[in-house]
Amino acid sequence: MGISVDKALGIHQYALAMRVERSRVIAGNLANVDTPGYLARDYDFKTALRGLASDIQGMSSQQRLPELSLDSDLRYRVPMQPSEDGNTSELGVEQTQFASNAMDFESSLTFLNMKLAGIKKAIEGQ
Amino acid sequence: MAFNSIYDIAGSAMRAQTVRLNTVASNLANADSAAGSEAQAYRAIKPVFATLYQSMDVDGGASGAHLASANVRIADLVQSDRTIEKRFEPGNPIADGEGFVYYGNVNVVEEMADMMSASRTFQTAADVITRTNSMQQSLLRLGQA
Repeated sequence: MGISVDKALGIHQYALAMRVERSRVIAGNLANVDTPGYLARDYDFKTALRGLASDIQGMSSQQRLPELSLDSDLRYRVPMQPSEDGNTSELGVEQTQFASNAMDFESSLTFLNMKLAGIKKAIEGQ
Repeated sequence: MAFNSIYDIAGSAMRAQTVRLNTVASNLANADSAAGSEAQAYRAIKPVFATLYQSMDVDGGASGAHLASANVRIADLVQSDRTIEKRFEPGNPIADGEGFVYYGNVNVVEEMADMMSASRTFQTAADVITRTNSMQQSLLRLGQA
């Protein structure tokens, strides 16, 4: 039985890619915090990742891993307080989202590192 | 991985806010400058921000157009159309025939608020770069622990 490294890493590699994508979108929101009429956006992270997780679980070992597609999960942010110029990007909200997203990136990375350490141990037979 | 475009986005925000700070500086510097006629009076300069969407080719371009990064750019610099202040100062050497001088239409309080907002957004962009930097660095160390 061969080891599929891709499959052993599980959902975390996708989570990592999504975190980077998400920080790009939030960076855009932060950059446009003073642009009139800008509509802030964000990913529906849970839905996207849950769909992917069920895809991976139902797979046979011969199948290739699914591609990560995010296009349909980009939604518009609902502002807490509507502003006069139509901008829905709120500095406080976007900053906290960005910070927590960066922390989640670090956790995904930690999980991946632990998985890799596990695989290494298995290969070396210790 | 889209780290590069995050740097682009934060950089565009920093550029835009620098231009905004420049206009604030010129407006504040000219807050008290007088002119001999209404046409020559200083008018406050205001930047107009616009979003510059850049589509990214994620899977060869077909559906990549949806994934747009939102840079910010200066669409235009406009002059404020607030009324020019006309003061009666017959002793002023640049006064016109009737003894009036014309002061620019800079609102100092508004400019100060603009300055605070610009520096705050600039700071945020700098924070985004720092954070992205540390994300990228920890990604480079993947598998080494």
